[in-house]
Amino acid sequence: MSGPAQKSCADAALQPIRRSEHEPLFAEPWEAQALALAVALQQGGCFTAVEWADALGAAIKRAQAAGDPDDGSTYYRHVLDALEHLMQEKQIASADLLAARKAAWVEAYERTPHGKPVEL
Amino acid sequence: MSQHSHAHDDDLAHHHDIHSELPSDPALRVKALESLLTEKGLVDPAAIDAWIEIYESKIGPRNGAKVVAKAWVDPAYKQRLRSDATKAIGELDFLGRQGQHIVAVENTPEVHNLVVCTLCSCYPLSILGLPPAWYKSAPYRSRAVLDPRGVLKEFGTDLPEHVKIRVWDSTAEVRYLVVPERPAGTEHLSEEQLAALVTRDSMIGVAKVKAP
Repeated sequence: MSGPAQKSCADAALQPIRRSEHEPLFAEPWEAQALALAVALQQGGCFTAVEWADALGAAIKRAQAAGDPDDGSTYYRHVLDALEHLMQEKQIASADLLAARKAAWVEAYERTPHGKPVEL
Repeated sequence: MSQHSHAHDDDLAHHHDIHSELPSDPALRVKALESLLTEKGLVDPAAIDAWIEIYESKIGPRNGAKVVAKAWVDPAYKQRLRSDATKAIGELDFLGRQGQHIVAVENTPEVHNLVVCTLCSCYPLSILGLPPAWYKSAPYRSRAVLDPRGVLKEFGTDLPEHVKIRVWDSTAEVRYLVVPERPAGTEHLSEEQLAALVTRDSMIGVAKVKAP
């Protein structure tokens, strides 16, 4: 057993573990896409499993500090945050580039008539 | 820029479907990442789709259950699983292997094993599929270490005082598979029937396997 447990959020130690019998694997499609991106990048050698675990752990800590419930329901938000941070750290995509590309998608959705495929 | 910003106008309200519905913020951020990474040649959209399909249909705890059932009926396999689980699991050639190093920890009448990832959510994906939400929650990650007996009770697993509990903290490099005890009264069952009894929770160590 290693030490990180002691660093866990103290409040968490007092909370019940919430379980649901028939939870969906993914609440929304983007959750599966974010996870698949993380796995594909790792397999492609963009980062190692250790770098990924560290980035995800750091994303969880940031979320906890910002008041995230960290009860499992927001897990894929942490995955997405970790991915964005790693892309910046590895200088693959800056925060500005990511924001600009997101804005481009918003624009694409708004100009594409309903029912047509949305393209940049 | 868009009709959307005027959508609260009564006149335009019925026009809200003239453009495509805007995805949520995280969905847009994922689209931004995926499109940029695809352009850079760092990910292949077909590979992303393949992974999603694997998550959704091809892997789940059944692979782990097959490993456990085989270990129950085949002492030589159990020995191989004990000495090198990654290799022994490799013999069964499952889909979606990630080259993860897996260690099998065996429950006995004296020792009960419990698996957690205190940092994030490290989990033996190739044999158990995706972890349940509670495995990724702060209360489980914290309490599995601080009060494993209490956590087990919460899962309905009441262990006698003399049973020692070992907690294994998963990392990016080492993932654990709990080999639960084979329940009494299952001597007549086939390997396949036994595999059907083995639950995901029993392989994380929060539950025991029950006889049918």
